[in-house]
Amino acid sequence: MTATTASDQGGAFTELPSGYRLVVGLEVHVELHTATKLFCGCPNQFGDDPNTNVCPVCLGLPGSMPVLNAQAMELAMRLGRALHCEVRPSVFARKNYFYPDMPKDYQVSQYDQPTNVDGHLDLPDGTRIGIERAHIEEDTGKSTHVGGGGRIHDAAYSLVDYNRCGVPLVEIVSRPDFRTAEQAKAYVNELRAILVATGVSDAKMEEGSLRVDANVSVHQPDTPFGTRCEIKNINSVRSLGRAIEYEALRQVDLLEAGERVIQQTRHWNEDEGRTHMLRSKEEAEDYRYFPEPDLVPMVPDPARIEAIDAALPRLPAERRAALAEAAGRTLPDESVTIVVDRGLDELALDAVAAGADADRTLTHLQHDLDPDHAANVPAAHLAQLVELETSGALTASQAKQVVAEMGETGKAPEAIAAERGFEAMDTSELEGIVDEAIAANGEAWEKYCAGEQKAQGAIVGHVMKATRGQADGKLVSQLLEQRRSA
Amino acid sequence: MTAPISRDDVAHVARLARLTLTDDELDTFTSQLASILDHAADVEALDLDDVAPTSHPYPLENVVRPDEVRPCLDRDEVLAEAPSAEDGMFRVPPVLGEAP
Ligand SMILES: [Zn+2]
Repeated sequence: MTATTASDQGGAFTELPSGYRLVVGLEVHVELHTATKLFCGCPNQFGDDPNTNVCPVCLGLPGSMPVLNAQAMELAMRLGRALHCEVRPSVFARKNYFYPDMPKDYQVSQYDQPTNVDGHLDLPDGTRIGIERAHIEEDTGKSTHVGGGGRIHDAAYSLVDYNRCGVPLVEIVSRPDFRTAEQAKAYVNELRAILVATGVSDAKMEEGSLRVDANVSVHQPDTPFGTRCEIKNINSVRSLGRAIEYEALRQVDLLEAGERVIQQTRHWNEDEGRTHMLRSKEEAEDYRYFPEPDLVPMVPDPARIEAIDAALPRLPAERRAALAEAAGRTLPDESVTIVVDRGLDELALDAVAAGADADRTLTHLQHDLDPDHAANVPAAHLAQLVELETSGALTASQAKQVVAEMGETGKAPEAIAAERGFEAMDTSELEGIVDEAIAANGEAWEKYCAGEQKAQGAIVGHVMKATRGQADGKLVSQLLEQRRSA
Repeated sequence: MTAPISRDDVAHVARLARLTLTDDELDTFTSQLASILDHAADVEALDLDDVAPTSHPYPLENVVRPDEVRPCLDRDEVLAEAPSAEDGMFRVPPVLGEAP
């Protein structure tokens, strides 16, 4: 069975067997980039010795009282505004459950009055994904299962580290707007870029500071959405795509066999490439939320929200649109997306404004310039380099090498070209070399003249050898073509 | 008036709170919780259309602290209070299933 991506007037969708379509919503938890935890002054730090960043508040000791971290609130509101949410008065709530990673036996979260509601995120391909809410909550501790076979259900005992317990999180709940696994992957990548650009989180999936759960269902077109299953334990963007596709096909199989999909939480196993059931939702969700009496309501000051808006950096979607326009594209394409991801879009805009050919500029910034070296390359140098290439003074491969060296040394392109002996080869000189190469490769030439295009390889190779790689390959092909049709 | 809470409701809530109640206790708590809910019903009977829900009784909002690191507890002291510890961590009975 396979899942392929198709598109109709409503945009792309995943084509599942028997005409089913995919519907996905994502819940993304991000750790906020603060110095301390959400409700106490313990360091918010990854990788320290277990239980060294703990105090009475985050250990849930009797009599301790939480006080909200001002910076966590600030970052949560900043993220909300970056996702075009409405920032509203909020109340914290207790979510009650028993599990050793929550020593209080409840998690402080937001329930019916979250800080951020009704936003959206635009994917690079233009798809708009709705954001239902982005609420603040505290992270849990980390338990390690010991003994038995190392597997959860036959562990002899568990060890708990509370360093992460109480670390500030925002949970971003999307609407069920994804129709392909690719869109879900693009969303997480885009969200990461926004989190990093705004300084809200370092958004490292491998360190757990960004975690993704996927709600997956399938249905037939023009019928209501199917029953969804929530997939947990997704540890990379790649796994997200695999998990969604596996789960969608599992559900199609069930429905085609005349069974029904039961709402449940499922665990993604990366090694086995499949999901398995953790628990049925029907019995698990009874958290008895109620307002947290130890924390007062938060009422954001409109002036503060205005200040946050004014201080927001330009976000990737806006930067892509600006670069696409400057480069004469109606929509951002892959080269635009990559150049923005590499943080080289300002340089590209300046070089194009200085007259550089946009396609060549984007090609070099996509592949040839190390982003860490960007400060060494003034836009004027880049524009000069592109001009040397456009005028034919440098070949594409020479220009590539010059760009890399411009980044390493900060020298001007002409100086580098001169040092490397990249001088424009006179066409008449090259014509002479091409004629010699034809004479030396008579057999290849005959095959080439008989229409065997790849026979030109031997002749081009001869020219390259004779010019120590300085000849422009495209020009050599042109000269051969001219001679063949003469 | 129907009973505001059933014995089954009390048993369910007790199970969620990991409390084991005897039959006598179930009866006692069912009637006690019913009288608390009756009192809430008295309040609910008032015309409260113009009154915003009160999540907190005191007129306070926006209480925050600066994002500054404060000293933590000494780990040995903390773990000495725990029933069991190993490798700097709290040792607890085997956990069945994953966190909600
Ligand atoms: Zn603490």
